[in-house]
Amino acid sequence: MLTVSDLQVSYGAISALGGISFKIEPGAIVTLIGGNGAGKTTTLRTVSGLLRAKTGKIEFLGEDITALPAHKIVARGLCHVPEGRMIFSNLTVDENLAMGAYLLTDHALIAKNRDYVFSIFPRLNERLKQTAGTLSGGEQQMLAIGRALMGSPKFLMLDEPSLGIAPRLISTIFEKIVEINRSHGITILLVEQNANLALEISSYAYVLETGRIVMAGESKQLRNDPQLKATYLGG
Amino acid sequence: MAEFLQQLLNGLSLGAIYALIALGYTMVYGVLRFINFAHSDVFMVGSFIGYYAGKLVPENTIWGGLIVLVISMVGCAILGMTIERLAYRPLRGAATLNVLIAAIGVSLLLEYSGQVFFGAAPRTFPALFPSINFSVGGLVLSTNQLLVIVVTTLLMVALQFIVHRTKIGTAMRAVSLNPKAAQLVGINIDVVISFTFALGSALAAAGGILYALNYPSIDPLMGVMPGLKAFVAAVLGGIGNIPGAALGGLILGVVETFVNGSQWSTYKDAIAFAILIIIMLFRPAGLLGKFTIEKV
Repeated sequence: MLTVSDLQVSYGAISALGGISFKIEPGAIVTLIGGNGAGKTTTLRTVSGLLRAKTGKIEFLGEDITALPAHKIVARGLCHVPEGRMIFSNLTVDENLAMGAYLLTDHALIAKNRDYVFSIFPRLNERLKQTAGTLSGGEQQMLAIGRALMGSPKFLMLDEPSLGIAPRLISTIFEKIVEINRSHGITILLVEQNANLALEISSYAYVLETGRIVMAGESKQLRNDPQLKATYLGG
Repeated sequence: MAEFLQQLLNGLSLGAIYALIALGYTMVYGVLRFINFAHSDVFMVGSFIGYYAGKLVPENTIWGGLIVLVISMVGCAILGMTIERLAYRPLRGAATLNVLIAAIGVSLLLEYSGQVFFGAAPRTFPALFPSINFSVGGLVLSTNQLLVIVVTTLLMVALQFIVHRTKIGTAMRAVSLNPKAAQLVGINIDVVISFTFALGSALAAAGGILYALNYPSIDPLMGVMPGLKAFVAAVLGGIGNIPGAALGGLILGVVETFVNGSQWSTYKDAIAFAILIIIMLFRPAGLLGKFTIEKV
């Protein structure tokens, strides 16, 4: 579904990604784990078109999307739920969801997507007229994911969905991520600092360290890897 | 009392024009975070389009006046989009200071090309609409003054509708809040920015026509002072805040008119700006603005 080859990205003279390659099969949940500054967010931002690659190639559904602007990448069904949620804080929940469906013109499809979002996150339906900035961290994350689902994505990239969320809500969010993947067959690339959780729900994982992929494998194998345990899984 | 009401009315009709111009400053600031200094000259071009278009329709007719108003608004909308496309879009992502300097450049370009094409001497603006003065309870009202208030009110209702009830308007607010997130939901921010310039410039054109109807001497530098005051009004109301710009414009117009009618009339501009400084001391983000720390 997504093939990234030899991707290099730099901020000015500072290299953020030193040539990474990975592949994501349709229908999978794949995770990208790694510490602060490893390049996880940079990877997602480059794939979604917010950042430009220095060299390398990004292919989505067999087509080269490396040079496309962000809004054209979304139009192809690749949707990025950014770190820090980036909901439109002064807009209502309703308006945020409407913006998620910005590229859709079929009203029946928009209504169907809304129902689907509410079936996953009933809380959003209760808060429809509320200004998004007044939601709790967990609700904002639900809104960010819900907004992305409004655009009928084929592939969803989630950046740190557990960040700044009450611990009891984290497991809810992760259950919903699995549900989205299972019920709608939406492929998911999950970036997480909480490596334990990420390895639990994913089938395949890549480990990123200072802009390079240092390890890759099936999640259940990586969970038992002694070196990975020591570094990311807290012994 | 009658004198007070008279001055209030005069002030509101002047303030309505400031408000129309101020909206353009504030909307562009909202999506691009810079002050479009060329905006005051778009206002001037609006008047001149009205001047030339006015020659093609019979004077003193309502339909003729409305046609000229629409032509000028459409003309300036195109001008605003062209300015953005040629002068500001290539600088997207550059430091704000660079864009500001470009804006000053565009402003000077419009002013002095105006002198080349229209001549530097003031011209008399035609009486587009039928104009009658009448008195109600000791107040002297002119239809042109009322026209300012009616047209401004209608345009603001329309603007409010566009910004809050349409998809492109919601997209404008989304881009203003978070351009990155806006791109990630598929909004083409270039389109939204163009649309914002078109909308702001059309309002400035309407301001230009209404201003020229009430102060019928136009010249290529006529935009400088009203533009500066409208900019002040936008800051006063809270830059980036649409109702704020309207409120700021009305306040500034009313204050200026009252000072002008008093014994300190020589200092009307000084007093208007002094009020701005005082308000900014107590409310740094403007009357309706929210204080936010600029993220770097």
